[in-house]
Amino acid sequence: MVSGPPLAFLLVFFAAPTLIMVLASFRSPGEFGGLAPLVDASGRIDLNVDGYARLVTEPVFAQVFVKSAGYAALTTLVCLLLGYPLATLIARSAKKHRDLLLLLVILPFWSNFLIRIYAWMIILGPNAALARLVNRALAAFGADPVPLLFSAFAVLVCLVYVSLPFMVLPLYANLEKHDRTLLDAAQDLGANAWQRFWRITFPLSLPGVYAGAALVFIPALGVFAIPDILGGPDDTLIGNLIKQQFLETRDWPFGSVLSIVLTAAALALAGGATWVARRSGGASRA
Amino acid sequence: MRKSDPWLRASALVAYAFLYVPLAIVVVYSFNDSRLNAEWVGFTLDWYRKLAGDGAMIAAAGNSLVIGISASVVSTVLGTMAGVAMHRYRLRVLPLLILAPIAIPEILTGVSLLIFFVMLNVTLGLVSVAIAHITFCIGFVAIVVRARLAGMDETLTEAARDCGASPWNAFRYVTLPLIMPGVIAGALMAFTLSIDDFVITFFTAGAGTITLPLQIYSMIKISVTPEVNAVSTLLMLLTLVLIIAAARISPTLLRSTQESTS
Repeated sequence: MVSGPPLAFLLVFFAAPTLIMVLASFRSPGEFGGLAPLVDASGRIDLNVDGYARLVTEPVFAQVFVKSAGYAALTTLVCLLLGYPLATLIARSAKKHRDLLLLLVILPFWSNFLIRIYAWMIILGPNAALARLVNRALAAFGADPVPLLFSAFAVLVCLVYVSLPFMVLPLYANLEKHDRTLLDAAQDLGANAWQRFWRITFPLSLPGVYAGAALVFIPALGVFAIPDILGGPDDTLIGNLIKQQFLETRDWPFGSVLSIVLTAAALALAGGATWVARRSGGASRA
Repeated sequence: MRKSDPWLRASALVAYAFLYVPLAIVVVYSFNDSRLNAEWVGFTLDWYRKLAGDGAMIAAAGNSLVIGISASVVSTVLGTMAGVAMHRYRLRVLPLLILAPIAIPEILTGVSLLIFFVMLNVTLGLVSVAIAHITFCIGFVAIVVRARLAGMDETLTEAARDCGASPWNAFRYVTLPLIMPGVIAGALMAFTLSIDDFVITFFTAGAGTITLPLQIYSMIKISVTPEVNAVSTLLMLLTLVLIIAAARISPTLLRSTQESTS
């Protein structure tokens, strides 16, 4: 059977590691990092829920989750505001231009992730034109200068930057299918541009909005490189916490706990978005 | 066609500028005769010269190349098989396993493979990184190949079988030549994804193995230097060439990446 080899590969190198991580989340950290032996010296099997308990009892972790969700939500909102007009324009342009306009949205996604982060290090750097301009303006109002780099602002700008194509593509795929005669009919019945958008285009585009939101929100929730490079000391997100547990503190069980909660959140969101999109898609067809 | 609103054009222009100005700045400053990356001073190729003499960077590029080639070859074979299987049969488990590594945050694939390799006493290095890259490349290849198959006349394969071709020969001489553009495009995509990957590599490479993105990471964690601009420019050029080649070979590439995200 042709599906055998890829199935076997993914079962060994994707499904098994995931299951092992689930198991690791119930074990104890080893003396020198990693995991303690599954069966201890007295022959007891060492499985516990200490890691999960820690997540509940130490509020700092819940705070990091909430902060990560906040960053991801803000990123999603800004991507929607920037991406909607862009997707609309591409969907409305002549067929022969669409592929090129779309390719221009996708291309930056294919450039190296680190290069895209590095670009913002340059733009927001303390000696660059933008920081000098902003701080001159602030000085004019008597305010203290602010650093743009190594801040929540830098993290958010870069999150929006790397996520934008994922909002535009599903939005475009939806908007392109809209029946223009609906808008003409609304116009004939006296609806102005604003009413036509809010009462026809936007409700019909909701499946695209949900799909785009899921594609932006989920990766943004687990990001670690952007806050690691562009963030300040207060910009520790779940991804950074997971990296710390695995590579610095070397507490693998707790790192696994954090990873599993993140996976569960991502799967729940993806499932929720699919469900809502299907429901709203059904409603708009009725 | 009706005219687009001027505000719509303006906001789309802002979005395109937002996407491209940062990358343009990286490229322009790679030719800038200043350490600071802050303002234009004058034209120079010094940073590229410095790059050519940077042994660590060249070693990292060599590692990236070895990993990229092996990961793309294996994931193309496995991804093509998966694409064919998903096109021909109504499968439940395989599509889930194919898409999951793409759908979940990258860091999760990275840390779970880290635990897995260490538990099995696999030394972290080129092999562990290549395996990690294959897990997420298979899905991209499978999606492109399946899109190509969807646009193909399946009765041709059936005709070959009716004429007495074995399943392998029917695949080798009829199906494969027809889906070849998709397979090549998938291979180029896999190579690009592998060369560019940072997050999963970061967790599965161990201490001794440095790839190009890992080398860039350790440089920009210390300071901003135009040498990074130079290597970034070259890397972007390579990616651009590969992706345009892939899109030319298989025009459905654009549509299939779009469908996979919607």
